[in-house]
Amino acid sequence: MAAKGTSLRQYALTRLALVIPMVFILLTLVFLLMRVAPGDPISSALGGRVPKEEVDKIKADLGFDRPIYVQYGDYLADIARGDFGTAITDRREVRDIIKENGAATLELTFFAMIVAIVVGVTFGLLAGRFRDTWIDGSGRMFGIIIYATPVFFLGLMAQLFFGSYLGWLPTSDRASPIVDATLDTHTNIYTIDTLINRDWDAFVDVSKHLILPAVTLGLVTAGVYIRLVRVNVIRTMKDDYIEAARARGIDERSVVYNHAFRNALVPVITVVGLTIALLLSGAVLTETTFNWPGIGHTLILYLQNRDYTAVQGIIVVFALVVVLASLIIDFVNAYIDPRIRY
Amino acid sequence: MSVRALRVYYGTLRGTVRAVDGVSLDIGAGEVLGLVGESGCGKSTLGRGILGLLPEGAASDGEVLYNGQNLVTMSDKELRGLRGPELGLIFQEPMTRLNPLMRIEEHFAETLKQHEPSLDNREVRRRSLETLGRMGIPPTRFRQYPHEFSGGMRQRIMIALALVLRPKLLIADEPTTSLDVIVEAQILRILADLREDFGTALLLITHNLGIVAEACDRVAVMYAGQIVEEGSARQVFSEPAHPYTRELLRSTISLDTTKLHSIPGAPPNLIAPPSGCRFHPRCPDAMHVCVTKAPIEQALDGSRRVLCWLHGPAGEVPDDGWSQLERQQIAVAEEA
Repeated sequence: MAAKGTSLRQYALTRLALVIPMVFILLTLVFLLMRVAPGDPISSALGGRVPKEEVDKIKADLGFDRPIYVQYGDYLADIARGDFGTAITDRREVRDIIKENGAATLELTFFAMIVAIVVGVTFGLLAGRFRDTWIDGSGRMFGIIIYATPVFFLGLMAQLFFGSYLGWLPTSDRASPIVDATLDTHTNIYTIDTLINRDWDAFVDVSKHLILPAVTLGLVTAGVYIRLVRVNVIRTMKDDYIEAARARGIDERSVVYNHAFRNALVPVITVVGLTIALLLSGAVLTETTFNWPGIGHTLILYLQNRDYTAVQGIIVVFALVVVLASLIIDFVNAYIDPRIRY
Repeated sequence: MSVRALRVYYGTLRGTVRAVDGVSLDIGAGEVLGLVGESGCGKSTLGRGILGLLPEGAASDGEVLYNGQNLVTMSDKELRGLRGPELGLIFQEPMTRLNPLMRIEEHFAETLKQHEPSLDNREVRRRSLETLGRMGIPPTRFRQYPHEFSGGMRQRIMIALALVLRPKLLIADEPTTSLDVIVEAQILRILADLREDFGTALLLITHNLGIVAEACDRVAVMYAGQIVEEGSARQVFSEPAHPYTRELLRSTISLDTTKLHSIPGAPPNLIAPPSGCRFHPRCPDAMHVCVTKAPIEQALDGSRRVLCWLHGPAGEVPDDGWSQLERQQIAVAEEA
């Protein structure tokens, strides 16, 4: 058997090579969709009240009058250089939008995922392990309710209770106005920036601002995980190797931890990875509820203003994020599950 | 090991399945006992019941005596201590019995350290490789994952994994059913050599009579949750005492088989087994008594026993009980 040929490294290289056609197809799709979509970006950008000659002149300036394959070539060349274009409405470079608003989303996603994984996996494992007991019942109930609750409703209730009623936590924005104005940014991830600056008061301030949106988004995401993890644990506990391990006298604790839980979490990794990709593309509702200047929130603003180049640039970046996320998921899965390396 | 009046019932939506209904068996040290019967007669449940490995919703009573202890009433913890070092179990489908995420090495380390926590890694490795070597698995493959092995190799790994703890009794539940004939022969050779190599007693559960004839000292025939006949393999095969054994033997295929024989009817429903003798609806020799009274176990010459009215006790049979049951009546009885 050619066991040597299936090393992790070889798998990683093959998988990496697949990224090239994947990115190419995605970029082409984005380009084509933007051309097929109805409406003229120039006229909508200028409000539709400009004479035709004027529009044609701007089109020519921006290069939109050239043949489509030339535009496509330029588009690919720009992206290859890391130039995602400039927004028409406010002349911001898409690169800067990603750097600033993307960092806000990244920060929110990171802490929301910690909440989601800790809550979702813990409750899911417990519910699956103690199936049909009160633990299972309450875990499932919690999962269903939290999942069925719209995120803005949960967010509003949290704002009302912890913000207005108890007055413990701020209900919107990334930081208090004064902190936001004076913050010396390095990464645009405020928790990290305040730590770099060793500004502890600012750190506490931005952390407090982060709690409600992160927990709200995290809990809603955890609802899916609870059900998923529970079902996987129950299915795994019925697997043949579990019975075989018991027949060897392995104690129940090891059977549950080393055999059932580990194996049950493999399919969960894929879902977790995809959720991260999804959240990085902006948790629009959460961001809007908490006035969080994230990428999803920003994308909606540009869409409302029909800012064609900004939307195209941001979507290209989203596509790249999804490609990258699925690449990482596959690597992690291959590392954990040897069968995938085939 | 002696099993006394072991019963394993489990609840299903349609009723209680009496998968094992009052089974008694003895397995001596180093002995090979074959347990044969049709699919669904309860032989696998018996094998697991002995180890206390019951499916959800199952209950058992009776006695499984091992070194004077009753396994049925034992605590989970004590029972776990016996599973492995004293009693091993190998399964029908080796493909799914190893954890796909664990290396072969980890399976052995986990098993050995569970029962002998003081072992160091070198000793674990030495003992594992020695046992694997006897099963024909080279040391170079110790660090591989289960999916890198064929079915026959996985079954040999499973056997090695059971034997590395040197159990006194190994229960093999149809160990070769899912394997091809050449691999089957290898596995049977390994099992047949257990006694010489490790002094292990073997309970070989199978539906293949050829395997029993080849490998076993004694054989027990199971039908509908009960042992209907038991004796030395030679005696049972040369002069079967129970009509079911006889029919089962007639149904085997060999080179000089010209016409396939089968037992009419299907194995009975274990939720509501037939009245009297459970085999009477399918039995060519059924008498009137078989419909109404359950047969009483009779000892025959030597260590043989049989559960059939043909062998008495005559005093228990009512006067009108001896006449043959007509086929027509059998059909009626079955419906009743």
